[in-house]
Formats: sequence, C-alpha cells, structure tokens
Amino acid sequence: MTLTTQARILALGEYRPERLVTNAELPSTLDTNDEWIRERTGIQARRIAGADETVVSMAAAAAGKALATAGIDPVDVGLVVLATCSMPTQIPGGAAQVAQLLGTTAAGAFDVNAACAGFCYGLSVAAGAIQTGSAQHVVVIGAEKLSDWVDWNDRRTAIIFADGAGAAVVGPAAKSGIGPVEWGSDGKLSHVIAVPPGGKLLMDGPAVFRWTTTTLAAVARRACSKAGITPDELAAVVPHQANLRIISALARQIGATNAVIADDIVEAGNTSSASIPLALSRLLADGRVRSGDPVLTLGFGAGLTWAGHVIEVP
Amino acid sequence: MTENDILAAFAEIVYDVARIDPTLVTPEKRFVDDFDIDSLSMVEIATAAEDKFGVSIPDSALSDLKTVGDAVNFIAKAGVAA
Repeated sequence: MTLTTQARILALGEYRPERLVTNAELPSTLDTNDEWIRERTGIQARRIAGADETVVSMAAAAAGKALATAGIDPVDVGLVVLATCSMPTQIPGGAAQVAQLLGTTAAGAFDVNAACAGFCYGLSVAAGAIQTGSAQHVVVIGAEKLSDWVDWNDRRTAIIFADGAGAAVVGPAAKSGIGPVEWGSDGKLSHVIAVPPGGKLLMDGPAVFRWTTTTLAAVARRACSKAGITPDELAAVVPHQANLRIISALARQIGATNAVIADDIVEAGNTSSASIPLALSRLLADGRVRSGDPVLTLGFGAGLTWAGHVIEVP
Repeated sequence: MTENDILAAFAEIVYDVARIDPTLVTPEKRFVDDFDIDSLSMVEIATAAEDKFGVSIPDSALSDLKTVGDAVNFIAKAGVAA
C-alpha cells in the first residue's frame, strides 16, 4: 500500500429496533402530548430497544449489513471503531464484542465516546488508518441504547432520546471520499449534557440550543472550505439529529441552498452517535441522495464536542 | 435609544421568531401565558436581541424575563444608552 491511498465510504448499514413508540404511546407520567413534543422537537416517533437489543448487538447488526452491501469479508476488516456513549458497562468497551459477532478477531477494536459527534470522529480516524496503511478496511459504527440512560419521569430528555445503530464500511480509494475533518471541543460547557455518577441523563436544552444555533454554522462552513467546496454545492446536509428546530436553524444559517436536509429525527428521535449514519442511510434508501454526491455531516454534543466533514455518498 | 425605541425593535424580533403581531407586543404581556413562546424560542429571541442591541442576555437571566417589559428593561440596563 502506498502513502497516496485515500479512503472513502464503501457502504452503509443500519439497525432500527423493532419497537416503534409514537408520542401518544409515551408514558402518561411525562405530562406531555403529541403537539407539545412536535412543536419543540419535531419528533413524531422513536425506536426503543428491547431487552435483547443491546448496543453491541445493534452495532453488529448494522455493521454486518454494511459489510454485506460492500461485499467485504469480515476477516478482511483491519479495525472496528464503535462510537457510543451508552454502553451498559464502563469496562469492557463494546468494539471487540462487535468484531467477534462479525466473525473476526483479526481487527483492532476500540470505542469512541465523543457523544453525538462520535461517528464523525470515528470516520476521521478510519480515513487516517487507511491513508497510513494501518488498515485496509475499517468498520465505523454509531450505536446507542439511550433508553437505558434517560429518566423516564423527565420530559426534557425522555421525549427526545432513542435507540439504534448505523454503520459504514470505509475502504481504500484512488480519490478521497472523506474530507478533512473540522473538529473542536469546549470543556467549560461539560455540564450541559451529562450523566452524573450513578444518575440519569440531564440536559440543559436552552443552553444546548443557544450553543448549536450560534456557533455550529461556522464549523460547517469551515468543513466545506477544507474540502474545497461551497455550501451551495452540497447535495445534502446531515447534521446530528438532535432536534428538528436545531436542524432547521442550522440549515438556514449554513446556506446550503441546493441541499436536502436530513430529517430522520421525525421518526427516529435523537440517537446520539447513531443519528448521522442512520439519517444518511435513510436519505440513500429513499433516493434523496445518490452515489457520489457530496454531503456535509456535522456531529455535535456532550463534552462539548463537535466534528464535521464533507463526505461522498457510497 | 429610548425604552420605546427598544420596545419597537424588540417587537420586530418577537415577530421574526414567533410571528406575534408587533402591535400586541406591549410591556405587560407575558411570553409564556400570552404568546405561548417556549424556552427554545426565548433563546432565539435572546440571541437576536444580543445581535441587535449589542448586549449579553445569558440563559441565567433569561428565565427571569417573564414579560416584554422585563426584557426591555433588561436590555436598557445592560448597556444601551437611554
């Protein structure tokens, strides 16, 4: 392998839990209703995993589909990167178990916890591993079971967060299909999205809304600039599916006038690190983007962390 | 800028964010009870007001701004020359 090898996404895969929960089906103890939830979040329904649907099992299911679509044998995978912030255990991480379920022990495996930005971090690491010759094929997965971590009596979070997994197989290419990442972090706002030790997920929604709607459009534009394109050349924008009002505000600010704006949150809720691959997979399945299209991904969340880049649709 | 000027400019922001008729945006009106404006829209109003008036309206102050008059007074005191 030469140093001129580039990386691109070869295929995507997704796993959406069996159980669909509409707003009307949420627990009555949340003291909310369909209209209230739609107005504030855009969410109409979400998937909630059952007892047998774990972070690891959902990740492996999504990764398996992506490998099958790419036509890559799991034993040819050199690295498995699992982006997640909702593993039930602190030790061990989940990536090695995912690799084992896929049928390989030949791959390096580690978890990335950059919360809702995790998938973009993972994709950037994957591209680097391929460019340096450390791996030929990398599986990057965003998988979450946030239903384990929300307080089902807290309507600020219980109506928003959900479960699922999305995966990408990244492989060698003559021309780069994963643009330079634009990333950053702000630890002084670490408290605005957090699980205290022994507790459940807490989020200061207005603080998150202010942060996202006043700072992230500039991140998006810098990611485009690094990739050498202008926002009006984007075929789609796939922001982390945090809240439809954040997504809409970002879309207006970025100026991607010809782009489809991913809105998978309406039926999937906020699945943190899984939301970007799930939303991209949905756009592709629905024919709203095509192979080769330039798409901006933009992950952002707890930490605070953010990362975005222009990628080419597989 | 007088408080009336601030009120007029503030009413335009409320219209842009929440589509409330500016003639209805008077000092005694309550954001939640009278206009049904939620916490995220209040953040949008605050950030737009920060840009327009060159002041800082942190989230900690935002929760105390219950009425249009509260907001206009806050902006006036926060540095706009009366």
